[in-house]
Amino acid sequence: MFKIIKAEFIAPGIKRFVLEAPRIARKQKPGQFVILRIYEEGERIPVTIESSDPARGTISIVVQSVGKTTQMLNSFNSGDCISDVVGPLGKPSEIEKFGTVVVVGGGVGTAMAYPSAVAFKKIGNRVISIVGARNKELIIFEQEMRAVSDELLITTDDGSYAKKGFVTDELRQLIESGRQIDLVLAVGPIVMMKAVAELTRKYNIHTVVSLNPIMIDGTGMCGGCRVLIDGKSQFACVDGPEFDAHKVNFEVLVQRNAMYREQEQRSLAEYQRSKAAPSSVNAEHEACAGAPGGTR
Amino acid sequence: MSPTASKSLNPLSPKERIKIPRQPMPEQPPDVRNKNFNEVNLGYSEELARQEARRCLECAKPTCTENCPVGVDVTAFVELIVAGDFLGAAAKIREANVLPAITGRVCPQEDHCEGKCLLAKKVKPLGIGYLERFVADYEQRRGTHVLPKVPPTGKKVAVVGSGPSGLTVAGDLIQKGHKVRVFEALHELGGVLVYGIPEFRLPKQIIREQLDYMREMGVEFETDVVVGRTVTIDELMNEEAYDAVYIGTGAGLPQFMGIPGEHLNGVYSANEFLTRINLMKAYRFPEYDEPMLDLHGKDVAVIGGGNTALDAIRSALRLGAKKAYVIYRRSDAEMPARAEEVHHAKEEGIDFQMLTAPVEFLSNGKGWLTGARCVRMELGEPDASGRRRPVPIKGSEFDLPLSVAVMAIGTMANPIVQSTTPGLGTDKRGYIMADSEKQRTTRKGVFAGGDIVTGAATVILAMGAGRRAAASIHEYLTTGVW
Ligand SMILES: Cc1cc2nc3c(=O)[nH]c(=O)nc-3n(C[C@H](O)[C@H](O)[C@H](O)COP(=O)(O)OP(=O)(O)OC[C@H]3O[C@@H](n4cnc5c(N)ncnc54)[C@H](O)[C@@H]3O)c2cc1C
Ligand code: FES
Repeated sequence: MFKIIKAEFIAPGIKRFVLEAPRIARKQKPGQFVILRIYEEGERIPVTIESSDPARGTISIVVQSVGKTTQMLNSFNSGDCISDVVGPLGKPSEIEKFGTVVVVGGGVGTAMAYPSAVAFKKIGNRVISIVGARNKELIIFEQEMRAVSDELLITTDDGSYAKKGFVTDELRQLIESGRQIDLVLAVGPIVMMKAVAELTRKYNIHTVVSLNPIMIDGTGMCGGCRVLIDGKSQFACVDGPEFDAHKVNFEVLVQRNAMYREQEQRSLAEYQRSKAAPSSVNAEHEACAGAPGGTR
Repeated sequence: MSPTASKSLNPLSPKERIKIPRQPMPEQPPDVRNKNFNEVNLGYSEELARQEARRCLECAKPTCTENCPVGVDVTAFVELIVAGDFLGAAAKIREANVLPAITGRVCPQEDHCEGKCLLAKKVKPLGIGYLERFVADYEQRRGTHVLPKVPPTGKKVAVVGSGPSGLTVAGDLIQKGHKVRVFEALHELGGVLVYGIPEFRLPKQIIREQLDYMREMGVEFETDVVVGRTVTIDELMNEEAYDAVYIGTGAGLPQFMGIPGEHLNGVYSANEFLTRINLMKAYRFPEYDEPMLDLHGKDVAVIGGGNTALDAIRSALRLGAKKAYVIYRRSDAEMPARAEEVHHAKEEGIDFQMLTAPVEFLSNGKGWLTGARCVRMELGEPDASGRRRPVPIKGSEFDLPLSVAVMAIGTMANPIVQSTTPGLGTDKRGYIMADSEKQRTTRKGVFAGGDIVTGAATVILAMGAGRRAAASIHEYLTTGVW
């Protein structure tokens, strides 16, 4: 049982949670993730850790409602419990003094890129952040990103805020303006990461992306998270989640992530139907009856 | 080794005993059970058990016990069954084996006790596994465990991994008065017993009962802890004050063949396939949220010939597969699976494609599996394992239409603990080095055993290692001598 200490929507459909998870809080490094199973019948899903507070024993995550599990999780509030939180998993981001680092965050990916941006800045890099979203309301972590960036560029697809366009437009301008860029970290939707990779490949700029394949255990046991890197199979949960963007086969990632599309749609539809039914049991709000943490 | 019937609780002469046929295990009929996940074997009745027990020759030097990795006193417990003292028989087994309901079901008895049974020279061996299972289940139904009472020693042991090896260590050490806490990466306890072996061979309820019993004895369990990531071995010893650590993390990493098309949708590792079914209950989707591909009316193949392969394909059959193939590159004789499972699988209608291997997975051009290009093999010279090496037959390629293919060709060591524990020695395949007598690693106070030391093996060998480790951990904790 992992208790939710705080839960607040930071944008429509995007909720930030602070969870009691002292072991994870002590060990978390930027770029790492946790796997959640929110209730007894739940699936296991990976979620990047946005930040942690070792002294308080808490971690924060940011969740966007997409399928059943994330919608259900986003109906949880402070005081509710999540059955399982395991981590921190995956290799941490490689944080070094590269020089100038461009951090690109798309949508909810901004929250996932944020801890790395903090670390890049702290170690002495010049950090330029590019944050993009579909519209103004979906721009998250603007203040936080501004605070750790030497420059912050914002785009919205519809132009409802800051510049109209895509993050890659800003990145291209940066590159073409002749600025020295030593590393690009891109976290966001697959299409965005792929576009960034294609752009920087032309200029031979080292680029890292954080991949989000379907996972179960997160420890290397199932192989369900395998991604094709430079033509070879790698397990994103242990070999990643960050990889050299120019070596990632994005087509295979898209294809594998679509493996259960039918089932996911069915699951979501049934969840929404049951939620609408007035007599439905409110099973989703786990009573925090069990022992804290993983004690069983 | 002459049978000694003197003073025995069994009144029959050796001749009479040999005349009794091996009592068959009652089981679900093949065409019924291949559609459900209920246990295949139904278990002996008291009468069947006593009749089977009467067949034991009670050898003076029992080779069955000698060949049991944990040294269960077979003749003694069998004699108690003859006498109708089933609880006494269970207690006798428990002296050597803390998980009899499990080993009675999944041990490869033909390689151990039953393989060396004197009866087998003339007739069928004694059904030792069936008898073990019977008394363990009997004891469970009666709900009468005697909880051992021991004074606490004040020492603390951390066990990493809750598979059969770790559970054996925990069960043994708690009975010596040490404090024991088991750390498990997954949300459920039991290791391969819960995420790998399906319900129809090993009902999960049995594992839950064993775990409850261990909790009653005082063992503490903490799930959702990936040792090496959530906490390191050094942190456990230095900051959480554990006096000793046992590593039983299993051989968890699935292998793939490295042939074209393995990333296609529809190609699974056996670990993933079985985890979705057993741990995540994906076959009860959408009641459970974890999805899996719908197998109804589909053609499914598993690649491999071990227990894992058979568990995967028999699960596929139960989930509605139209055709269910085992593709194995060697012949029947080399199949490493338990004999009973091969027999059951054949009865259930699994199509065994022996001396065959896939060379490529075929796709529909949109990323989905449509089949496997296979090649027939013949057996050549013996290889390093002593088994004859399969060699492809030129021009024998053929395409097998498939919607789902499951790779069950073996596993490797999971490196997480090794790579985060300085000074922990590993062999060249990445398994943890531990001496075979005391299970000591190269790090003082750290012991290891089970699949993470031997590579993928069996439940009973993992338990045997756990048993030895528990004894040497106890010795280390009481004497301080490493
Ligand atoms: C499908 C299948 C069927 C099988 N059938 C049979 C059979 O019929 N008979 C038989 O004798 N054998 C069988 N085996 C083999 C047998 O299950 C194994 O040999 C045995 O389980 C090994 O026990 P173990 O305790 O060493 O490891 P495991 O059972 O693998 O348990 C290891 C545990 O450690 C956990 N773990 C791993 N890393 C960490 C970490 N870093 N931190 C915390 N926890 C961790 C894992 O999650 C797991 O729960 C089968 C195996 C499979 C996969
Ligand atoms: S999630 Fe199972 S191996 Fe990566």
